Amino acid sequence: MLAFLLRRLAVALSVVLTVSVIAFLLLHLSGDLATDLAGPEASPEQVAQVRAEYGLDQPLAVQYGHWLAGAVRFDFGQSFYFRESVASLVGDRIPITLKLGAIALGLALLFAIPLGALAAVKRGSWFDRATLAFCALGQAVPTFWLGLTLIIIFSVNLRWLPVSGNATWSHYVLPSVALGWYAIPAVMRLTRNGMLDVMASDYIRTARAKGLRPKTVIFKHALRNAVVPVVALAAVQFGFMLGGSIVVEAVFSMQGLGQLAWEAIGRKDFPVVQAIVMLLATIYILLTFLADILNAWLDPRIRVA
Amino acid sequence: MSTTSASGAAATAAAGFDSVPVRRSPLARFTKRAARHPGFMAGAFILAVILVMSIGAPLFTTHDPYAQDISKRLIPPIWHAKGTWEHWLGTDKLGRDYFARLLYGGRISLMIGAATVLLSGAIGTALGVAAGFFGGRVDMVIGYIINVRLALPVVLVALAVAALVGTSLNTVIVVLGLLLWDRFAVVARSTTQQIAHADFVAAARAIGCSTRLIVFSEVLPNIINPLIVVATLEMAHAILLEAALSFLGLGVQPPLPSWGLMISEGKQYMFFSPWVITIPGVALVALVLGINLLGDGLRDVTAPDNRS
Repeated sequence: MLAFLLRRLAVALSVVLTVSVIAFLLLHLSGDLATDLAGPEASPEQVAQVRAEYGLDQPLAVQYGHWLAGAVRFDFGQSFYFRESVASLVGDRIPITLKLGAIALGLALLFAIPLGALAAVKRGSWFDRATLAFCALGQAVPTFWLGLTLIIIFSVNLRWLPVSGNATWSHYVLPSVALGWYAIPAVMRLTRNGMLDVMASDYIRTARAKGLRPKTVIFKHALRNAVVPVVALAAVQFGFMLGGSIVVEAVFSMQGLGQLAWEAIGRKDFPVVQAIVMLLATIYILLTFLADILNAWLDPRIRVA
Repeated sequence: MSTTSASGAAATAAAGFDSVPVRRSPLARFTKRAARHPGFMAGAFILAVILVMSIGAPLFTTHDPYAQDISKRLIPPIWHAKGTWEHWLGTDKLGRDYFARLLYGGRISLMIGAATVLLSGAIGTALGVAAGFFGGRVDMVIGYIINVRLALPVVLVALAVAALVGTSLNTVIVVLGLLLWDRFAVVARSTTQQIAHADFVAAARAIGCSTRLIVFSEVLPNIINPLIVVATLEMAHAILLEAALSFLGLGVQPPLPSWGLMISEGKQYMFFSPWVITIPGVALVALVLGINLLGDGLRDVTAPDNRS
């Protein structure tokens, strides 16, 4: 197990490092940053001054070294636009996005797991077919459009929930539904397929043969095993949600990480964009790493492979 | 050669396999199975309607999707009390006919979906086949590249790159094409691994076929079905992402009638004229649903395990 752990950790760390190189190069290889920053009316001297001030006159490798040395200490430099340290900007915004992602994932799991399991138990019934049809339809709905439609229905017509912002818990309801929506079909299908596999296995037949109540068989024996792969999927989906929150936050004007990223991109504020790309990638890698470990712990066969 | 001996040889050959002789060609078998699959048929129908309507857009509307008429701003659609048949889906904030924009916008979605999938499919298939066929160190390196790609947040990277190199239709296609190859690679890798050790590959190698010939004439034809399924699903993915990028202002630029852009432009009027976002949204849902149904259907129809 330890060898497995160390190997996975080494891979995860090197992926983080590669992503950092890509994030850095992507934003530095295109165009002349100093000219953009100094503005269209700047004289060549002013451009040169800006270039020196931000260290943009140094070789790329040196700039990357500086940036990386800071990044491992959570120092991502100064924002070009906000005139504030990137770390504190990101630190202020990230709780909102994490909260949004957590609620969205919770809602999605709460909705998808029971329905997926029930669809498997009632395989071939109208309920099963309706669930599958809902999956197909659900996956076709664009997140941003769903968000706007929810606003029209629940905020404008019914006046139940606020249109935008992130002041109270009620501000999180519609954005979480919009963000969690896209994860529902994937979780539902995986739960359903897992349940179908498990229900066909010998130990379920044994449990039934022993005369256990169907409810006990389904919930205690089958669902617990069927849900194992869902844990890994949930980790991956959470990573996607943090990345996808950029769209939802834009629709609902929530001041989270996604909104910060969008503003920073619009203003060519590269230190901020780089830091957010790095942060999201690292969280994703960490989540998949944890999911790997969890799976290996639950299923010893994986450790050998 | 006489007919009797030829049929005699055929009979001996058939007797060699203890199965019933195949009566239908693969194509006939495919169409028969497809016709019985309701999801596949529904998807094919939706997609066919959208394809015909967008490609033949000038046949269905006489309005120019770019023609502005400020005196006819935000006319509601026909089911609304104030609707008119002249603009049966209404007009947008600049008085442009919404139906015409919807039809021409379909072209953009379809083109972006198809072009992105061609690019990402080529990248992903090449990487996946190489990893699956050569295995060992090549497989390790490509597996690593896939991991790095999966760690990059797609929407964020696409937005950042679009902002840097300039927003245009081509930028969207190239950026999405360079980002959405991961599923092709994963599927191509695992299916190639199964094929690489098959007897017919060993036989091809034994008679001296080059690696290139083996890959193109033995491996690729055998993994194309699952890749087509991935292509349909990724096409839907690309269309949704284009809409999201255009909605955020960094995708297709005005005055092009992209559906995502139409929703973005309609956003500020949605409280009083909700149809400006409902209509393009429903079109997007229909297109993506059609493609997904077709893809899921293809997976079932071409799956080898229920070939009985």
